[in-house]
Amino acid sequence: MADPMKIRAQLKGDVAEIRVLMSHAMETGQRKDAAGATVPAHFIQSMTIDVGGKRVVDGQVGGSVSRNPVFGFKMKGAKAGDKVVVSWVDNKGEKRTDEAAVA
Amino acid sequence: MKQNIIGALCALAVMGGASAQSPKKPVAKPSTKAAAAPAAEEKDAATLEFEKFRAEMEESNPAELFEMKGQEQWKAKRGPKNVSLAESCDLGQGVGKVEGAYVKMPRYFADADAVMDAERRVVWCMVEKQGFKFDDIAKQPFANETFTPDITNLVTYVATHSRNMKIAVPLDDPKVRDAYEVGKEIAAYRAGPYDFSCNTCHGTDGKRIRMQNLPNLSTPAGAIKGVQGWPGYRMTGGVMLTHQWRMGDCFRQQRFPQPKYASDAVAYLLTYMIGTANGQVYKGPGIKR
Amino acid sequence: MTKKMILAVAMAAPLMIALPAAADGDHRAKAIAVIKKDFQPRGQAGLDRLAEDGVQAICNRTGNKPPDYIEKAMTADQLATVKYPADGKLLGDWKEGEKIAQSGRGFTWTDNPGLPVGGNCYNCHKIAPKETSFGTIGPSLYQFGKLRGNTAETQKYAYSKIWNAKAFNLCSEMPRFGHAGALNEKQVKDLVALLLDPESPVNK
Repeated sequence: MADPMKIRAQLKGDVAEIRVLMSHAMETGQRKDAAGATVPAHFIQSMTIDVGGKRVVDGQVGGSVSRNPVFGFKMKGAKAGDKVVVSWVDNKGEKRTDEAAVA
Repeated sequence: MKQNIIGALCALAVMGGASAQSPKKPVAKPSTKAAAAPAAEEKDAATLEFEKFRAEMEESNPAELFEMKGQEQWKAKRGPKNVSLAESCDLGQGVGKVEGAYVKMPRYFADADAVMDAERRVVWCMVEKQGFKFDDIAKQPFANETFTPDITNLVTYVATHSRNMKIAVPLDDPKVRDAYEVGKEIAAYRAGPYDFSCNTCHGTDGKRIRMQNLPNLSTPAGAIKGVQGWPGYRMTGGVMLTHQWRMGDCFRQQRFPQPKYASDAVAYLLTYMIGTANGQVYKGPGIKR
Repeated sequence: MTKKMILAVAMAAPLMIALPAAADGDHRAKAIAVIKKDFQPRGQAGLDRLAEDGVQAICNRTGNKPPDYIEKAMTADQLATVKYPADGKLLGDWKEGEKIAQSGRGFTWTDNPGLPVGGNCYNCHKIAPKETSFGTIGPSLYQFGKLRGNTAETQKYAYSKIWNAKAFNLCSEMPRFGHAGALNEKQVKDLVALLLDPESPVNK
C-alpha cells in the first residue's frame, strides 16, 4: 500500500486553503539509474478531491510533476469540520486515499 | 469556480514540473548594470529570489512524509529483539523521550562511553536494543532517489520534535568540550590534493561557492544556518538527507577519502558545528533545492 | 627538496616559539589520530591524502599565519616546483580556458580518474562577465588582463599562480593545480589565455 499523504485544510475567513503533500516517486520513465538502466515510468495519473461530500477537483496529473508533489488551492464554500478526501491513482493502478477535516 | 480550481491545479502542476526539472543553477535576470556592478549587488538580487523560493517551499516540506514514516518506525516493535525504540531508546532526555532531544545532541552517553550525535545514537539504539546489525545499517546508510533507509526516517522524526527549540549541546560536560575542541581542529585540518579544510569554505563571512551561500560555521549565526538545514529534503532528486550524510559529502568535495559512518570523527565535527550554534533556534528539518 | 628545507627550518629554535601552545597541540594531535582511524579509502581517494605535506603541516600548525621567515623560505620552495612550457610560450587558447574554468570535475571519489580534471575556477572566482553563477571565495578576475596588461611578466605570474598558488602566499586557500597533478601544462596555458588574451571576454 502506498505511503500516506499529508493534508492541511485551513479556513482563513471564508476562504479555505488546502494543501496536499503526496508521497510518490513520480518517475517519468525517461530517467536512467546509476547503472544506466531506464527507470520505468511510475507516476500519479489522476486525482480527486472531495470537500464536505462534494467533488471539487477531478484532475489529470502528468509525468512532468516532481517527486513528492505538493498541490495547493483555495476555495470558497467550505465550513469548519468539512471532510477533505483526497484520492489518487497511478499508472500502475496503485491508489491511495486520505482524509482530513477543515480546521 | 471549478474551472478556477483546476486552473490553479494545472498551474501548480506546472510549478511542480518546473521544480522537478529545475537546474541547480537558476537563470539570473540579465542586467545592464551586472557587468559593472560590484559582486555584492548581484548577490542581493539572487539572494532575494532564493529566499522567496525557500519560503514558498518551506510551507509544505516533503520532509513531513519522512517524519510520518519515522514516527511509525519509532513506535513499532522491530528487529530480532522485537522491541520498539519508543520503549527502549534514551536520546538523553529519558527512555523514549523525543521532545527536545535533537537540539541537545551531540552529548556523552555513559552506556556507550562515547560522544554521539543524533544519528549515531539512534543507530546505537537500533543495534543494542533492537538487535539490528551495525554493518547492515552502514552498508547503505543514506537515501538515494529510490531508497530511503529507516535511520533517515527516524532521524527526521526525532529532529522534528526539536523544531523551534534552542540548540543546547552540553559543552560544560568535559567529555563534550573535548570533542568540541577536537572537532574544531578537524575543521581546520587542511589536507588532500587541493589543501582544503572545512574552514576553506566555511571559515569566513559572506562567501559563496558558485551560487551556493556558505555559512561561516565558526560563528553562532553562521553555524545555525548550517545546522537547521539538516535533516533536509533536497528537491534535486527528491531525497531526504541527514547531517551525517552532509559531513561525508563535504569531505568528498574536499577530495578527502570517506569518513566512516557514525564514527568519532563525524561526532566530534558535529559537536563543534552544532555546539557553536548553542543558543540559536533550530528551525529544521529543512528543504533545499 | 621541500622536506629537507622544512627539516632545516624545524631545527631552528625560533620555530618553537612560533608554534601554538601545548594545549591546542593536544587537541590537534587527537584530531590527527581520530582522522587516521575514522576514514576509509573510496574510489580514487586513498588514505594517503590524509597525510599533511610540508605546506599543509606548517599552515595547519600556525593557523594559516606562518612567521615571515618561513613564508619567505617556503614560498620560494613552492615557486621552484613550477614547470614551465619548454618553448617558453605561456598563452594558450582562451576558448578552451573557459571550458576548463567551468568544469569542477576531478579528484573526488565519484570522479572517473581517466577523465581530465577541471579547473574549478568559477566555484571561487568571477571571471568572464556572461557567467553570473560565480563564487566569491577568491577575488574577481574580471578584466584581469585589461588591468595588468598582457606582458611576459604577467603571463609568468598567472601561469605560476595557477600551477602553484602557494608560491606567492604560502597558506593561500587556492589549490596548487599544476603541482597536485590536476591540470597539465596545456590546460594552465589555456587558463592564462582566458585571463590575459585581449580577445578573451574577460578583457572586453
